[in-house]
Amino acid sequence: MSNIGNETLVAPIQPWVKPRAKTLKNLFGPALVALVSFVIVLLTGFAGPDGWALLFFVGLLGLAIARTRNQDRVKRNNSLISIVIAGGATLAFAPWLSIFYSLVIKGFHGIYLGYFFRDMRITTPDDELNMGGVGHAIIGSAIMVLIATAITLPLGILSGVYLTEVRGRLTRMIRFVIQSMSGVPSIVAGLFIFTTFVDVTKQFSGLAGSLALSILMLPTVARTAEEVLKLVPEDLRAASYALGARQWRSSLMVVLPTVRSGLTTAAILGVARVIGETAPLILTAQSISSFKFNPFSGQIASIPMYIFALFQIGTEYSMARAWSGALVLMVIVFLLFVVARRLGNRVKR
Amino acid sequence: MSRIETELKTSKENGTTMNEMTTSGASTAVTERPLGLETRGVHAWFGSHHVLSDINLQFPERSVTGLIGPSGCGKSTFLRMLNRMHEFIPSAAMAGEVLMNGNDIYAPEIDAAAMRLKIGMVFQKPNPFPAMTIRENVLSGIKLANLKVSNHDDIVEKCLSRAGLWKEVKDRLDASGGSLSGGQQQRLCIARSLAVEPTILLMDEPCSALDPGSTLRIEETIHELAEKITVVIVTHNMQQASRVSNYCAFFLSDGGPGVLVEADATRKMFTNPTDTRTADYVQGKFG
Repeated sequence: MSNIGNETLVAPIQPWVKPRAKTLKNLFGPALVALVSFVIVLLTGFAGPDGWALLFFVGLLGLAIARTRNQDRVKRNNSLISIVIAGGATLAFAPWLSIFYSLVIKGFHGIYLGYFFRDMRITTPDDELNMGGVGHAIIGSAIMVLIATAITLPLGILSGVYLTEVRGRLTRMIRFVIQSMSGVPSIVAGLFIFTTFVDVTKQFSGLAGSLALSILMLPTVARTAEEVLKLVPEDLRAASYALGARQWRSSLMVVLPTVRSGLTTAAILGVARVIGETAPLILTAQSISSFKFNPFSGQIASIPMYIFALFQIGTEYSMARAWSGALVLMVIVFLLFVVARRLGNRVKR
Repeated sequence: MSRIETELKTSKENGTTMNEMTTSGASTAVTERPLGLETRGVHAWFGSHHVLSDINLQFPERSVTGLIGPSGCGKSTFLRMLNRMHEFIPSAAMAGEVLMNGNDIYAPEIDAAAMRLKIGMVFQKPNPFPAMTIRENVLSGIKLANLKVSNHDDIVEKCLSRAGLWKEVKDRLDASGGSLSGGQQQRLCIARSLAVEPTILLMDEPCSALDPGSTLRIEETIHELAEKITVVIVTHNMQQASRVSNYCAFFLSDGGPGVLVEADATRKMFTNPTDTRTADYVQGKFG
């Protein structure tokens, strides 16, 4: 135990971390390339940000070649390919960033506190942006998605249980049906509910919208449920059978509670999948401009239909309102995915 | 250790009354004790692969029987056939009879789930239910089998005490079962099996994933259990077999299906076995 007094003599270091000065020096080259590209864009007719990005990319490649001029081919290829891969990743990320950027830029004008609580009953689309709001559409979407979840979640979990626990004779067929259901075009789901439900009840309704959304939601929920149920160790099923459990009790009391958070993730992913659907709602729930809480009779508002209707009008203020609605929708979906990821990570641990 | 020595002495006394053991074929009367379990002409297959051939073995009541043999000789498969866990493997098939109180557990009128209440099992890897607390884990068998029992607290205390875990966990019964150490988890699994009051407990290498301290603790638990119930334990560890078991059965496969080479009192198996292959195995010459 002679080390006890010596603790301060050895300073902890992290030899795998590059020193700060060297990192800064490495950044100098790319920064220069960025500046040169900017100047070229300013002086010549090269087009805006796209041209700058292209010049920057080519410049980086040139810089890498210049830096590795005295080194062997393997090192040169390594640095070139690193740049190409990083460029590809940025390119893949660009559309998302661009969408989010335009939504914020174009959508934030219309957002004020009342936007979330008011409807468009006494406000026309061309009124000032500090009047009216998207509240009725948020409520309508929430009601329809809640009903759709209430229909889909039990069915999705049951089919997941059938595919992983019961493993009956229909397993392959059911898996095939679920897979092909995820390929059903959303307008077809709307048409199907229109002919089988709206035509029969003689009216548009929130319930009809929920049914159409359920058709689109079921494959997502069922497949996610199946995936999380597959993660349950076979040990646990064996243990419960060895305790004298019958299969359904084992599934209900051991397997399903074990993946509770995974099943929540399945539900959230399903909600995120359908909350932005417009096509199935055109033929089922339609749209109105005021608050409505009764899903069983008559048209009901929803965020995607709100956006769609305002874009069709096409005036300056209506467009601004539509962009704000789109921003609200995007943020809701984004938050849902964040929650789903959090819960999903917990199940893997 | 004194308890272990007493147990071994008991089996020594039993050993003197024993008949000579035969290899496969004729069933062997090992003892005058009543039988907890008996197998007659048991075979096992996975698909077309014949893994066990003609096993005739008797398990006396309130004793510990160790199943020993090298890897791949079919002893775990044999153990899983004793409470019909074998049948959960889709390609599995079997032949023969497994008799509990003279009734074949594979008979068509037998309810497998109800039968498993009487023949419990502890697995190689500790597998407490992660979504349940320690208390819920102990009571899970009662809940899963839908038994009507009122004195839950007494059962929890009794089973955890019998598994040698009560003192360590009595203040945190509502903690998750996964928060325990590996050895504690395995004792929790034993307590869980005991809560439905089985008459027979099958253990599939229960200590292979554990440290020596936990192993010793579980071996003590096995000795205490054997005063009330019949224990069948698969083990790779010769020393463990000689420490915990009253009787031993040696399985071997020469590439074909596994066979029962010899079964007898543990003391005789380790000091004066009939078959030379048994002698070679227990002395560590192969396996």
